[in-house]
Amino acid sequence: MKKDYVIATFECDEKVLHATEKVVAKNIDIYDIYTPFPVHGLDEAMGIKRSILPYVTLLAGLTGMILAFSFQMWVFNISWPVNFGGKPFMSVPSFLPITFEFTVLLGAHTTVAAFLAINKLFPGKQPTIIDPAQTEDKFIMAIDKEKANVDDLTNLLKEQGAVQVEVQNLDLSI
Amino acid sequence: MSDAHVSKFRQKLITEDRSYKQISEDILDTLEAPPTKGWFIGFSLSALVLTIGTIVILYQVTTGIGTWGLNKTIGWSWDITNFVFWVGIGHAGTLISAILLIFRQRWRTGINRAAEAMTIFAVACAGIFPLIHAGRPWLLYWVFPYPNTRGSLWVNFHSPLLWDVVAISTYLTVSLVFWYMGLLPDLASVRDRTKSKMRKFIYGIASFGWNGSTKTWHHFEVLSLILAGLATPLVLSVHTIVSFDFATSVIPGWHTTIFPPYFVAGAIFSGFAMVCTLMILTRKIMNWENYITVGHIDAMCKVITLTGTLVGLAYGTEFFIAWYSGNEYEQYAFINRATGPYWWAYWSMISCNVISPQFFWFKKLRRNMTFVFIISIFVNIGMWFERFVIITTSLHRDYLPSSWAMYSPTWVEIWTFIGTFGLFFTLFFLFIRFLPGIAVAEVKSVYRYARENK
Repeated sequence: MKKDYVIATFECDEKVLHATEKVVAKNIDIYDIYTPFPVHGLDEAMGIKRSILPYVTLLAGLTGMILAFSFQMWVFNISWPVNFGGKPFMSVPSFLPITFEFTVLLGAHTTVAAFLAINKLFPGKQPTIIDPAQTEDKFIMAIDKEKANVDDLTNLLKEQGAVQVEVQNLDLSI
Repeated sequence: MSDAHVSKFRQKLITEDRSYKQISEDILDTLEAPPTKGWFIGFSLSALVLTIGTIVILYQVTTGIGTWGLNKTIGWSWDITNFVFWVGIGHAGTLISAILLIFRQRWRTGINRAAEAMTIFAVACAGIFPLIHAGRPWLLYWVFPYPNTRGSLWVNFHSPLLWDVVAISTYLTVSLVFWYMGLLPDLASVRDRTKSKMRKFIYGIASFGWNGSTKTWHHFEVLSLILAGLATPLVLSVHTIVSFDFATSVIPGWHTTIFPPYFVAGAIFSGFAMVCTLMILTRKIMNWENYITVGHIDAMCKVITLTGTLVGLAYGTEFFIAWYSGNEYEQYAFINRATGPYWWAYWSMISCNVISPQFFWFKKLRRNMTFVFIISIFVNIGMWFERFVIITTSLHRDYLPSSWAMYSPTWVEIWTFIGTFGLFFTLFFLFIRFLPGIAVAEVKSVYRYARENK
């Protein structure tokens, strides 16, 4: 869905960070900022909610752990108990390596899948690129036009070091 | 920002002054330019060796592993030596990307991409050996516990060989996704910079629609930390479990509790040596001396000295405990290693692994690239001999003197091993040609380190 956005281009990570703090202080919501590398503190300054990924990992890891351990127990105690050189059937220590590995396996892959799903990233996706340099050396801030007075905002952003501020009609949801 | 603190103790991570645009140009322009002559020669040579290796593997799979020099006493030798050798090398990449991330070592950004790639290629080379050794590789799926018509008859979960299968496949896949997720921002950068339609299309698919949104970066950083947190115990567990293959059996020289830490230290040691070998070449060939600096090599040499000394300590401890245990089989196994028919392997191991890294106590030598390159080759050779010593000399004379035997490799085994180097270097040459060999976004984020603000 196309919408009007105020697009401000910065050339320095510190400037975009200061500008963000100023814009947020005026209670203006920033839609997103596109940067070539993660700018430390920018997510906090924008007020982005903490990622839920750690909970996904915990849940997936625990699932992996329980699955792997209970499966090994089931195999050697219920399904088909085999006597391997007199070793006990319920030998917890020898089940631990696989339990650990499976915990990591499920935890890691589920977290990656969740990361891709949350950010709607998939092979072949065609995203909206405002400026090809946003993955190289430009820091691009997008603010929903309806959420602010365009003239005031433009002045503020220019004061903060934006090299270019303009209104563009874009679909930034993809 | 905290990174900008200038102190005489902090050295710049990127030695020359560069703009963000120039950093992209330095690293990504090589993907656009036609390949250099050096690249073509290197790649063709590796591909040729790989082809010979593939033919040799096909020959032994169709003929059987009777083509190897194994006998009823020595059931494991070059195959498992090479397997452990490659798995060990495959430990440095994840160590650099995971453990150094957790320790906040900023210098890792220059080398982590190539080191991780190297890890994946090394583990792929390692996997070939158990695959062939299984005899009938097309039945490899039997190692997985799937419901079958034989009962279901399950796999043996008490067996360290099965643990190994699970550990190595977990390690390979987790390293692969960790590496690929890190590639996304840089692939997107290639997509946005290129003028070629074909590259735009291919890198467009490969970059999953990355656009550098701060919302995505936020999740991305959390993801990196989580994967690092998971990969850290994983990388330590993998070589621990490899050492269980030996430690849980009752062969003199194998049945010791020191094996897990000893193997892990050895793995890091050999892995860093291989990273040094490759990085010294790569920085030269690709003109990346600004990004993979002498400081990086210096830091890696320190890790090599630490882990090399740990390995030396383990050799000494093993010897001492063999004597102290009072067990004559154990004692003989060690005396035989040092003075028996394979004495040359033992002393090659000691001189390459214990003595050679001690030169790195001197800063001058750590910063001499030719010297580091030579020593890193010695360490690679030494670590191969370590596995040969552990495996072959322990097996060739065990409890019954009537079953003692000697082993020498056949041409099939030698060419299979050389062939894996072909695979390794072919993949590495393709990697530096088609993928960003340095993590561009990460390097940009540490550019300000120890540098005053513009």
